[in-house]
Amino acid sequence: MKYPLRVVSVERSLFEGEVEFIIANGADGELGVLARHAPLMTILKPGPLRIQEVFGGPEQVLFVGGGFLEVLPDRVTVLADVAEHADEISIERAEEARRRAQERLAGTLTTAEETEFQNALAMAEARLRLARMRRG
Amino acid sequence: MPAFRDIVRRIDSIRNTQKITKAMQVVAATRLRRAQAAVQATRPYSEKMLEVLQTVGERAMEYKHPFLVRREGKRAVMILVTTDKGLCGAINVNNIRAATRYLNEHYPEGQRYVTIGRKGRDFLLRYRRDVIAEISGVADRPTVAEVLPAISVALEEYTKGNTDAVLLCYSKWISTMKQESTVTVLIPAEIPQREAEGKGPRADYIYEPDPESVLDGLLPRYVETQVFQAVLENKASEYSAKMIAMQNATNAAGDLIDALTLYANKVRQAGITTELMEIVSGAEAMRASS
Repeated sequence: MKYPLRVVSVERSLFEGEVEFIIANGADGELGVLARHAPLMTILKPGPLRIQEVFGGPEQVLFVGGGFLEVLPDRVTVLADVAEHADEISIERAEEARRRAQERLAGTLTTAEETEFQNALAMAEARLRLARMRRG
Repeated sequence: MPAFRDIVRRIDSIRNTQKITKAMQVVAATRLRRAQAAVQATRPYSEKMLEVLQTVGERAMEYKHPFLVRREGKRAVMILVTTDKGLCGAINVNNIRAATRYLNEHYPEGQRYVTIGRKGRDFLLRYRRDVIAEISGVADRPTVAEVLPAISVALEEYTKGNTDAVLLCYSKWISTMKQESTVTVLIPAEIPQREAEGKGPRADYIYEPDPESVLDGLLPRYVETQVFQAVLENKASEYSAKMIAMQNATNAAGDLIDALTLYANKVRQAGITTELMEIVSGAEAMRASS
């Protein structure tokens, strides 16, 4: 039996359709959700969300950076965090944002240096994305 | 009286400028549509999140998450959203004014800023305000990843106890012609009451691991979502304002071209008349002397 599933992130909708089974990484461990599952609200850990439109059939895998899973009697919703929530890059970027503000205030940062800063950051991000793709 | 040729040169120059403002107007209109679509795309997430927060909140009523508690102090961090580029009407000035006024009125003791957008940043730095973090170069279709660092700096200041409130200032998009600077209080967070009875899920969930932990996870995301939506809406305001500003410039240029063309023709005719007069009086003089 199928139920409506919606996976949304704050930026866009990631999945919308009817499925028989999903497997998610809940706070208390991995869990599977079939139709008529008890109402549930759980925190999701970063990792794969596996969607089987037909139970035991081909699987679609979405990577979520964490989030929340809500099971209701008539539908299931996943509020997915963006991948960057689980990434180390977020901390780096926050530091970068602080540093830039300080340098600007002190008048020590020229436009050229600012561009350099941002380029270095972009490179680090690209490497991280690549590593994540390979890992996934 | 300037020469005919000079006036024509001026008209050509203005016509070129007009082409540019016309193009910018069209581009802004396209970008506005895209920005509005982006705002729409966040609604499923934000509406569901609010719904869940209301349900969990009802369940864990005694639990006072730090984001829900109003602090006594008068220090605040203001997240100020402005644009990177200019030529977009008065929205940046209005945002800056609204933000500084609000802080002066409600949080006089400690005023610090996190800026998203160069215009706000440059203004505040020039006036020696305390900017603790800045984001610039946000894409046309902003991502959470770009905005997250600013939010996390502000939230960190709050959780560390360095500030008593976190505020947000951006341009709310009302219509193509109207954008309004708005200040909202992010922390202490206020979860609006559920509207209609029987609309929300009344079935009580099983909570994993527990309602309080779920609330712990939801509240920061709720704040992030509000900031992200504000950035998107500010983009829409930016392009609306730019469209109107460029439209006005295009029309003004058109009026100027019309007026100058009339003037140029008058000058040209005056020149011809003068030439004729010279020829005629010259001929008269020659006839009189012979």
